[in-house]
Parts: sequence; structure tokens; C-alpha cells
Amino acid sequence: MRLKATLATLLAATILSTASMAQAETLRLLTWGSYAPDELVKKFEAENPDIKVEVTFSNNEEMIAKLRATGGAGFDLAQPSHDRIYAAQLEYDIYKALDLSKINTDAMEKSLLDGVKANTTIDGDVYAVPHQWGTSGLMADKSKAPDLKSWSDLCDPKYKGKTSMRLKRTILLGTAFAMGHDPFAAYSDLDKYQSILDEVVDKLIVCKDNIKAYWKGGDDLSAMMLSGEIVGSETWDSTAYKLYAENPNIVFVPPSTGALAWIDTFAIPRKGKADDAAYKWINFVLQPENVTIMSGSTGAIAAVKGGLDLLPADKKAAVNASFTPADIDNLKFFANIPPGVEDMEGKALEKIKASTGG
Amino acid sequence: MQKDVKRLSLILLFTPFALWILLLIIIPHMGMVVLSLREKVAPRVYEYGLGNYIDFINEPIYWNTLLRTGSMSLLVTVLALLIGFPIAYYIAKIAGNRTRGALFLLCLVPLWVSDLIRAFGWILLLRETGVISSVLQWSGLVHEPIEFLYNDVTVIIGLVYTVILFMIVPLVSTLDGMDNAMIEAGYNLGGSGPTVLRRIIIPYAMPGIVSGCIVVFMLTAGSYLTPILLGGKNSSWFTEQIYDQFITRFNWESGAAFGFLLLVFTSFVVWLGLKITGQTLANTVARS
Repeated sequence: MRLKATLATLLAATILSTASMAQAETLRLLTWGSYAPDELVKKFEAENPDIKVEVTFSNNEEMIAKLRATGGAGFDLAQPSHDRIYAAQLEYDIYKALDLSKINTDAMEKSLLDGVKANTTIDGDVYAVPHQWGTSGLMADKSKAPDLKSWSDLCDPKYKGKTSMRLKRTILLGTAFAMGHDPFAAYSDLDKYQSILDEVVDKLIVCKDNIKAYWKGGDDLSAMMLSGEIVGSETWDSTAYKLYAENPNIVFVPPSTGALAWIDTFAIPRKGKADDAAYKWINFVLQPENVTIMSGSTGAIAAVKGGLDLLPADKKAAVNASFTPADIDNLKFFANIPPGVEDMEGKALEKIKASTGG
Repeated sequence: MQKDVKRLSLILLFTPFALWILLLIIIPHMGMVVLSLREKVAPRVYEYGLGNYIDFINEPIYWNTLLRTGSMSLLVTVLALLIGFPIAYYIAKIAGNRTRGALFLLCLVPLWVSDLIRAFGWILLLRETGVISSVLQWSGLVHEPIEFLYNDVTVIIGLVYTVILFMIVPLVSTLDGMDNAMIEAGYNLGGSGPTVLRRIIIPYAMPGIVSGCIVVFMLTAGSYLTPILLGGKNSSWFTEQIYDQFITRFNWESGAAFGFLLLVFTSFVVWLGLKITGQTLANTVARS
């Protein structure tokens, strides 16, 4: 009964607050943690007094799950990665085609814009434009593991019990590259992809013994790395950059086969109710002075022209300490995930997790 | 007239409960069953069939994880009972009136902190550079840092800690209702300590034991955070499989099938436990 009373109060409060905000438009943003820094939200609300921004932090999988549950309602702007648009749209119809004329696409880095467009066009409609990009690769403590250069070095017995990885698709793809395969090319031939996955699974099962623990989020990874419990790990570059600020020995290492690059995008959910506000937000965060604030918070590089130069000084130093121009040329962009691949990869990950190889 | 009033008040009193059961338990579960019977044949095309359940049977990883979750939950239940019973007995029978309240409150305090924070507490204590390992090194007992985290023992410890309260509370309330004279009579008739425990106290506390065990077992088998955060490389928990199916693999159909299987499995274990110990819900839980 207590709970019911609480529910009723909550419901009443919600109705009241919705009613009082009926005048102002609300922009419900579904995005990654740190992708909507308070500073920018306040600035945006000051520039557009009739728009109120509500932010929900999430990740790729949960964004799609949330939108799928409602058929694309409940949010006005979402920011999944570029490889999560095409299949999700085909399967669940959760996004709305973008009106590119309302977006200041001239400000965007052309190669990234074209790449995202190519990945997210269905029947001539474009469903996403790029926002920020970054990479997944390796992180190493230079003083303890100076030679860590390849994905497979995580399995090097030299570092036994001193490495970590996240048991997600990134490590499957990275290991496949390290074994000399091109998993993205194999997406078109799922039988071939399965045979690659089988090899990767065998390798990672043997490797289990070498791993201290699989990390689950940026925080536990940071704790293990800073405390010296591990000397190298698979990582997001932004996590490595943050640690670089605390311990300059910890650097991001683009793997010798190329760091895996992702682009987080802007996409409008199918039943979004504030499209104009969404376009305003997109154009707002494309402005150079806002790009710097955003990148300072996300640690990722904005997909605008000269995005690298717009990074805050400390982040720029971290990027320069990690990447050579050759590494940038060697980036491997995540390819669209065709239907069915998620299941295959999921099964592969389950096999690794369940095996008692380590 | 009188009869109508009686009936009306019964209906009014019963409605919230019925709505609760119907709206929050029965309907969602029916939705789950329907969802679990759908199979995806192509994007946006579904067929009805038992495919998701057949997949479960054909894939040893899934039922191994379920069995593992079940057996570890049973172990946690037994440990919680073994540790919880003396505590409950002390609170209910031995402690004075004043200390009883304080002790009970002390048991409740950890529940005011969220599961997540409690799991992180264990992480801080047990990790390689954590409190216990550092103290051991400082005292000279060991020379290398020791990793206590990321194994099944840690998961069991964390789970027992999380759920033990749900064992203690029903036990205290049943034992509280027991007349001390019964225990005295047992001793007066020449019974030894163990005999009194076995012949008088445990039979009397049986309703509390059964309900405590059921709650603890269900909570453990359905817990998510503790096994994920404290578990190691090999420790998969069935709820994690369900989460993965729903969230990372977008496979709601098989996630729903798994969820339903977990419910059936845990219910079966509870039924089996009652059968083996010769108890029924009617003369235990209903009486507590």
C-alpha cells in the first residue's frame, strides 16, 4: 500500500510537471555518459529559452533496446554508433529519416560524413550523421610493458595475470585482425565469418589463463590499471587518455593491425516529438567553441573539420603521444553489423565465458 | 444488507492485491511466455514455435549455467541458514529486551545501502591492492599481493552477505513466538543440547526456516549485480545470460524463454526441496 501511495504521488508529480512544461519544448536526449556536459546543456538552454534538455545516459545496446521497446518513442535524439543504425532500422524500424538540409553538414569532416551516410542510407534516406569518433585499441603502462603492440600480446605469457579485456565484440574483431583475418570483409560471407570466429574463440579460450579479469566498465578498468594490478588491456582510447592525465606512463597503443574506429552519430527516433529542437542541438554542438567543451568531456574527437585541433590541450597531448599519422591511416572503421552477426558473436562470447580454460 | 456491506468491504480490500498480482505479475509473465514462443525468421517477420526452448536444450552452455546458478544458490541458501540460525536464535532467545532491538537494527543497517555500493565495498576489501591484501603484506604474513576477488568463493561470500537478512528476519519472528518453557521442559526431561535443538527448536522454527530458505534461494538465483561484479573469468550467472540475450544480442524472444525457464526451474527446486524435507507450504509458510 505504501508503494501504491508513492506511485500515485509520483504519477501526480509527473502529470503536474508535464503540464507546467507544456509551454516549453523538451528535448529528450538519449546519449552516452559525458556526451551532454552540464556546461553545454546550460548554454544551449540559455540560447534557446523555450527548449528544456533532458538527458538520459546509456550505451549502444541499451539505446536500441529502449527505442525498440517503445517503437522509437520516448526520446527526441539518440546517439548510437554508426554500425548500429542500419540493421536496427531494418529490424525494428526505430529511427526517422534525417532532413539533411536542416543540418550544417558543411562543418562536418567530409570523409566521416560520407562514411556514416554510406553506412546508414536505406532506400535513399539517410538515418544518421557523425558526431564524435574515437578508437578501441590497447593501453599499456610503458614502464612495465613497453613491447605491448598487438592484440595478441594480451595473451603473451610474459604478462600472465597482468592483462585485461572486455568480453565484447571488439576483442573478437581485434583478435581476428591480429590473426591475419579481415572480419569486416567476411561479414558478407557468414560461413567464412563463423570459421574465423571459431579460430578466435579457440585462441581467446587459451588466452583466458593470461587474463586477470574481464573488465566491465571504464571505472573498473581504470582502477586495475592505475593500481598497477594490470599492465596492459584492451580499451577505449578516451579511458586511456583520462589515465594518461594521471600517470603519463599509461598510453593508448594503436594495435599494429590498426585501431578499431567507431563514430557516434546523431539519429532521430521514429516517434520523436521535438525534431526542430533536435536539429538545433546538432547544429549547436557543431559550433567550434562548443566542440572543444564537448571533446573535453567525452575525450573523443569531434567529426568536424579540424576536429583534432579543437581538442582541449591535455587531450591533444594524449592523442599525439599515442597516434602517428601512419596509425591514423591504418584505422579500421567498424563495418555495419549485418543481421545474424550479433547472434554469432554473442554465442562466441558465451563460449569463451563459459569455458574453464583459465 | 449486512451481507452486501461485508461483500463490498471484502472486494475493496481485495482489489489492490488482485490488481497488483494481475497487472504486475500475471500479465507481464503471460507477455513473456507469448514472446518466448516467437521465433524470428527474417527481419520483422516472426513465427510461433518452440525454437527458443529447443535452442536452450541443445546448447550445453545455457543449461550448464542454469544448473550452476541453481547449485550455487542452494549452497548460498544452506550457508545463510547455518550462519543465520544462531544469530536469529541469539536475538530471539538469549539477548535481553533492550539489546534485541539494537541487534535487529544492526542486521537491518546494511540493507539501507544499495546492492551496488555493498558489492563495491567487497571489491575494495578483496582486490589485489585492497585492504585485506595490504594488511596481510604489512603484517608480514605474505610477501606478494594476493587476489581474493574474481572467483566463485567471493561470489558466494557476497551473496550470503546480501541475502542473510532475509533468512534472519523470518527466523527471529518464528523463534520469538516460541515459549521458553518448551526448551526448559526439554532439558528437564533429560534432553541434551543437540537433542533439544533437533527435537524441539528446529521443528518449531520450521515455518521460518522454510520461508527464509525460499526467499533466499529465489533472491540469489535471481540476483544480478553481485555475481557480475565479484565474479571472475569463468563465473557466469544465468541472469547475466538473460541480460545478454535481451540487451546485447537483441534477442528478446530467447531472453523471454530464458526468463521463463529460470522461473520454472527455481519453482521446481523449491517444490523438490519441500518434497524431500517432507514439508508443505500449508503447514510451514502459511503458519509463520
